[in-house]
Amino acid sequence: MSRSMTGARMVVEALRDQGVDTVFGYPGGAVLPIYDEIFQQNDITHVLVRHEQGAVHMAEGYARSTGKPGVVLVTSGPGATNAVTGLTDALLDSIPLVVLSGQVPTFLIGTDGFQEADTVGITRPCTKHNWLVKDPAKLAETIHKGFHVATSGRPGPVLIDIPKDVQFATADYVGPKQIEPAKYQPARKGDIAAITRLVELIEQAERPILYTGGGVINSGPAASQLLRELADATGIPVTSTLMGLGAYPASGKNWIGMLGMHGLYEANLAMHDCDLMINLGARFDDRITGRIADFSPGSVKAHVDIDPSSINKVIRVDIPILGDVGHVLEDLLKVWKSRGRKVNTPALGKWWEKIEGWKSKNCLFFRNSDKIIKPQHAMQRLEALTKGHDRYITTEVGQHQMWAAQYLGFDEPNRWMTSGGLGTMGYGLPASIGVQMAHPEALVINVAGDASWLMNMQEMGTAVQFRLPVKQFILNNERLGMVRQWQQLLHGERYSQSWSDSLPDFVKLAEAFGCKGAQVRDPGDLDAAIQQMIDYDGPFILDVLVEKHENCFPMIPSGKPHNEMLLGEAETQGVIESQGAVLV
Amino acid sequence: MNALNIQKGMSSHSAYDLRDPNAEIVESHTLAVLVENEPGVLARVIGLFSGRGYNIDSLTVAEVDHTGHQSRITVVTSGTPAVIEQIKAQLGRIVPVHEVHDLTVEGPSVERELGLFKVRGQGDKRVEALRIAEIFRANVVDSTLESFVFELVGTPSKLDAFADLMRPLGLADLARTGVAALARGA
Ligand SMILES: Cc1ncc(C[n+]2csc(CCOP(=O)(O)OP(=O)(O)O)c2C)c(N)n1
Repeated sequence: MSRSMTGARMVVEALRDQGVDTVFGYPGGAVLPIYDEIFQQNDITHVLVRHEQGAVHMAEGYARSTGKPGVVLVTSGPGATNAVTGLTDALLDSIPLVVLSGQVPTFLIGTDGFQEADTVGITRPCTKHNWLVKDPAKLAETIHKGFHVATSGRPGPVLIDIPKDVQFATADYVGPKQIEPAKYQPARKGDIAAITRLVELIEQAERPILYTGGGVINSGPAASQLLRELADATGIPVTSTLMGLGAYPASGKNWIGMLGMHGLYEANLAMHDCDLMINLGARFDDRITGRIADFSPGSVKAHVDIDPSSINKVIRVDIPILGDVGHVLEDLLKVWKSRGRKVNTPALGKWWEKIEGWKSKNCLFFRNSDKIIKPQHAMQRLEALTKGHDRYITTEVGQHQMWAAQYLGFDEPNRWMTSGGLGTMGYGLPASIGVQMAHPEALVINVAGDASWLMNMQEMGTAVQFRLPVKQFILNNERLGMVRQWQQLLHGERYSQSWSDSLPDFVKLAEAFGCKGAQVRDPGDLDAAIQQMIDYDGPFILDVLVEKHENCFPMIPSGKPHNEMLLGEAETQGVIESQGAVLV
Repeated sequence: MNALNIQKGMSSHSAYDLRDPNAEIVESHTLAVLVENEPGVLARVIGLFSGRGYNIDSLTVAEVDHTGHQSRITVVTSGTPAVIEQIKAQLGRIVPVHEVHDLTVEGPSVERELGLFKVRGQGDKRVEALRIAEIFRANVVDSTLESFVFELVGTPSKLDAFADLMRPLGLADLARTGVAALARGA
């Protein structure tokens, strides 16, 4: 049965058929027909944002916290260009998004028409794929394809550019089941011979480590479950990248903490000294490896990844396994069990002793104060007071982001949303709104820095309008803290442009937006302030005045290997040489 | 160095591992990329090379299967073995790319390029140009009293050699198609 309808109606129909319940967007001339259709239906909620960048980060928050693709609708020209940062963010962090943009009518394309931009050209390098749909008969099919591409293989953002005349034109609608199967079908099962080889190594390894990344979370809850089963059954220690936090529980007995530039001492030293490194869905990012030449020099490396281009890109591995982490883990466990569940128990015991030795350094130690709130202390108190809640955390970018990663514990996947690959200041507030849309009853907290938070603060309006009780926990150091830290360590303490002058009064700002705010500066009042934030039934901004010059440790300075971590202020003198200074 | 005693580079998924993975030698490779013939696909391929800093030494593209909407892009690129592997993997990620073949490692292949050479000259030089063209089996596709346009098909190095010889004889203009290549055998 063919159903004839306008392109604009097809958009809504296709979204409905794809199970979409929420769209984040902003109207404009080139998408008015689609907005007209949105007006005339009730299945899909449209969240009106305040800036298109906000829409994309909200969709990212929605997607990461649900595992479903996030959907965005923007107009042509400035609407589309405002979406570019979010698209790039989603591309680097492998977040499935479907972004629909309006375009000038086909007959005006190329004439520099009003609000015309070469959207597919601009977004080609920052999407997994994109399409300009010129034929209304292809529109529905393209949207279905878009969802397929965004969610299969390594997930990522796609963009579909829809000229206004195509939205008005009529054609037959095709449903997701009526289109021919897509040619794009990344392999999911890993090579069983390679998996078996890895099992043999697990059986013998003296110092194995599981190095897990965002791929475990993207693979779905089953992968996290299988990771737990593997780690707990074999006794192999687990570390994770920033993106993978929560795949293995922070309270689990094999957890040794996050690794990387601001990762834990024990995690980085275990990576450096291991003899078998099992990378599950991580990508040897430069924040993780430090100096490549000295990266885990004595280990055999296995790498499970769904993206062939991630394998051997930065670090040469010995056992590449191309496939979905969940599928590979399932096979791996099967093979390991069938061969008698063997591990090198005596060696593992010694390995754990060594790790416990590193742990006893207590690398997250900081000198607390009863006069001023230390940011690390604020994180510890936030953790303590929110632990039992159905909690989701988003962050902005900077020191506070690293402190959040270090001091908050995640026991489940999809609970931690942060901009890892692109490091986008301004991500956290809109992301928290996207998460709250998907989980209306949950406690959603954005751990923010004062500077980052200002970048998309207009979205407080969205939170208020949609009654989304997001909590903005601002660690206010009146500095661009992370920049200041680098200037202290690398640029002779010349603090060029790294302080936040003329900050708004966040409490008044909250009131101006129609929500509630509070400020806290005395450590003795911190708990009560956090509790007030949690208990308040609506969006809340907590301005936490913290120590202004605290540095984030541990730290592997740029260009240094894992075993040359700085643990505190005393070790920072002249640590970064000019070679390292050119790195970011 | 490690107790596990395993061979380095023991993957089965690519021919790369047959060669020294750490070699820093820059190699030239001819890649055949079969793509869905959709708008923008060439821009995606070229954008990949420029965006990630890879080299393009030659590039040809044309539709090869009209009903199947397939085009074939032949790229000659150069880089260390690790870079060549990355290029292939990155090409493979592009959604409308169906197949990537490295003709340089997948077995013997034929490579051909077509060149058009305009040579201006009179007297002895003109006669010599014509004589060399015959040796190279180039065709004369245009001629005036003071010029020829030669058409020559061959390997890129044959075209290079021909151009070198024609230069002192009055080579005035030159157009080359870039390399088209196919694997030998059935
Ligand atoms: C959009 C953007 N611009 C610039 C940067 C560079 N940058 C990284 S961290 C940082 C400072 C962040 O300051 P703040 O949000 O106050 O957090 P803090 O480090 O003080 O916790 C800057 C400017 C960035 N990551 N993103």
